[in-house]
Amino acid sequence: MDVLMLSRLQFAAATFFHFLFVPLTLGLSLLIAIMETKYVRSGDEEYKRMAKFWGKLFLINFAIGVVTGITLEFQFGTNWSRYSAYVGDIFGSLLAVEATVAFFLESTFIAVWVFGWKRLSPKAHAVCIWLVAIASNISAFWILAANSFMQHPVGYVIRNGRAELDNFIAIITQKWVVLEFIHTLSGAYVLAGFFVLGISAWHLLRKNQVSFFKKSFRLAAVFTLIFAVFLAINGDLSGKEVAEKQPTKLAAMESLWETTKAAPMYLLQVPDEANEKNSVEAMPVPGALSFLAFGDFGAEVKGLKAFPKEDRPPVLLSFISFRVMVGLGTLFIILAVWVWLKRKDPEQSPLLLRILPWIIPLPYLANEMGWMLAEVGRQPWIVYGMMRTKDAVSPIAVSQVGTTLVAFILVYGLLGAVALYLMMKFARKGPGSSDDAVAAPAGKEVAHA
Amino acid sequence: MLESIWFVLWGVLWIVYFVLDGFDLGLGALMPVLAKNEQDKRIIYNAMGPFWDGNEVWLITAGGVTFAAFPGTYAVMFSALYSALMLLLFALILRGVSFELRGKVESPAWKSVWDFCLFIGSFLPALLLGVAFANIFAGIPIDKNHVYQGTLFTLLNPYGLAGGLLFLVMFCVHGALWLVLKTGGDIGQEMHEKAKAMAGKLWFAQAVLAVVFLIFTWFATDLYKNYLGAPILFVIPLLAVAGLFGIKIMMAKEAWGKAWLSSAVFIASAALFGVVGLFPRLLPSSLDPAASMTIANSASSPLTLKIMLGVALIMVPIVIIYQAWVYKKFGHKIQADDLTYEQAY
Repeated sequence: MDVLMLSRLQFAAATFFHFLFVPLTLGLSLLIAIMETKYVRSGDEEYKRMAKFWGKLFLINFAIGVVTGITLEFQFGTNWSRYSAYVGDIFGSLLAVEATVAFFLESTFIAVWVFGWKRLSPKAHAVCIWLVAIASNISAFWILAANSFMQHPVGYVIRNGRAELDNFIAIITQKWVVLEFIHTLSGAYVLAGFFVLGISAWHLLRKNQVSFFKKSFRLAAVFTLIFAVFLAINGDLSGKEVAEKQPTKLAAMESLWETTKAAPMYLLQVPDEANEKNSVEAMPVPGALSFLAFGDFGAEVKGLKAFPKEDRPPVLLSFISFRVMVGLGTLFIILAVWVWLKRKDPEQSPLLLRILPWIIPLPYLANEMGWMLAEVGRQPWIVYGMMRTKDAVSPIAVSQVGTTLVAFILVYGLLGAVALYLMMKFARKGPGSSDDAVAAPAGKEVAHA
Repeated sequence: MLESIWFVLWGVLWIVYFVLDGFDLGLGALMPVLAKNEQDKRIIYNAMGPFWDGNEVWLITAGGVTFAAFPGTYAVMFSALYSALMLLLFALILRGVSFELRGKVESPAWKSVWDFCLFIGSFLPALLLGVAFANIFAGIPIDKNHVYQGTLFTLLNPYGLAGGLLFLVMFCVHGALWLVLKTGGDIGQEMHEKAKAMAGKLWFAQAVLAVVFLIFTWFATDLYKNYLGAPILFVIPLLAVAGLFGIKIMMAKEAWGKAWLSSAVFIASAALFGVVGLFPRLLPSSLDPAASMTIANSASSPLTLKIMLGVALIMVPIVIIYQAWVYKKFGHKIQADDLTYEQAY
């Protein structure tokens, strides 16, 4: 394998692993902030215990999310130096803004939140978790603005042999950014919602801390439904954006080979990349693809053969990731409606409670598939239509990248196992009825515990 | 002009990073020597607890600003120093998670794994940052196509190693002094005294290494060129000397806060000494001066530099204000009830 392939694998591994932790950070921070606000407003100690219990899981997740994020910043320079030099004028500044505007805020106040339960007033303490939640979401905005530039570059001029900034506002307000931001956040919130629902359901089924987990369940139920619906609407708009701006990705994710008017969508389809056709095409929904892509049942959709081979992305990966993502998204809406209907008395639906813990991994899969489609479907470009991935890689040695790729797999594999073990351990353990009593020096908190 | 302003800001960000993260890297590296038992270790973890993460973001920002303001340098520096930076990265990953994970399982074996991660994750970055910067001062073998013609071992030359040792010891003194400040409450009295003695002993090593490094710099680099051209700049190394002796004097007076500040002055001026000597280069080539990465051949466009300057001038002071607030809020000496606090490390 060459430096290019190894670097791509390494970036994929690092991003895939990092994004196992990001969505929960984005969504759960918000849920914890809501819980703690409820505590401050109502004085109900149970909400405080909720913030602490979910906070514990949040912090394990957060720690690994943060350290694996550093890897990504480093890799642009270490493995993709030609890319960095070519678009750094734009891309680098978006990352730098992210660090100064958001990452500082997030990292500083998460520590204040952890160490400040007794040193800060309840109100000030709740403000800290809001700052963390807001900062991590702002952080996502800048990162996604940078990614959107790779998907659909705007606001630049080619000058001095590189892409230079021409219109900063255009870059951060283009439609792609807005859609990608909402899509990513909704996906993250749905993940966090099912995370809380799944763990709450597990405990409710065992009649542990019923009031505590009913409250958690109810909060997450509303949250999940709202964003599952958002995700679907936004997903449709994103599809149309892809159709307009990345026709090669659209053709690959639908495995459409011939340019077709009134293109159908096949419920059953198996791409055959080598022979430039689909080996199976069954159960067509007439005009569905044209409609989903362009809002018109008769519209012409460009097939893969309309593009030179060297401009086409890998079809099978794009196709599978898209189908899995959309299928799961549909499942999430159905489940979210079911959950929402039972939100007041979830213990009355043991079937639902039994299903929900098993759902926890699915939004993770959906999130990863979304990124796989976004990134694999953009190939062979690193910046769509502007720079090819093969022209972006650093002049480094195969042995260097090979070594670090193995090291990443080992270290990340271990960290992933540790994180999974600890999350399961503390999720199962539950909040514990004497959570506060152990630590509280005297009186006040013990009385409530 | 804009490029020069950004060069200064670039240097300042690195300096703030060294001064802040320096103490917790040093403290992590010293833990095996200073901490005798579980309580001592927990005191050390919690002495950095509320600060280390915010400190580390200065590194991310320094890296991000290199990317944003000097993308050409970022590209060459990060790909040329690939192996060294990856080592640094893995060290920081293990270090970063050790804080959160260590206390999650009640088992001595589990804890000692993360203690080792904290140690190696502090020791290696301190050393590697010194090695990297010494090599940057001296220049690294990059050819006219900006391709690095060396290996990891090219960086481990005597001057690079001298820089690494200086950084390591400098950060250890900084960390020991920090621990003195954070202990001396109702627990950890023994370690408090040990940290004082450690700072005192390491000060001599630091002084010797600083002199060696300065002399070595004369022969191994051309950093002095800028100073000989504008002798007023010799104020910077003099400030470093003042900081160095300030530490000694303040330690003798048992004024530990001022000793730590003197150490901060020493670290800042030592780093500034190198940065000023580099100007206008960010990454000199040891093969061909024309292949060096400079503010002229690697800066971003004026528009990017202007926008980023606006962002930096607004955001960096805000960050400094809220981080200063955190230091004030959590700067107290560690007491027994800080360790029984349920969320403590």
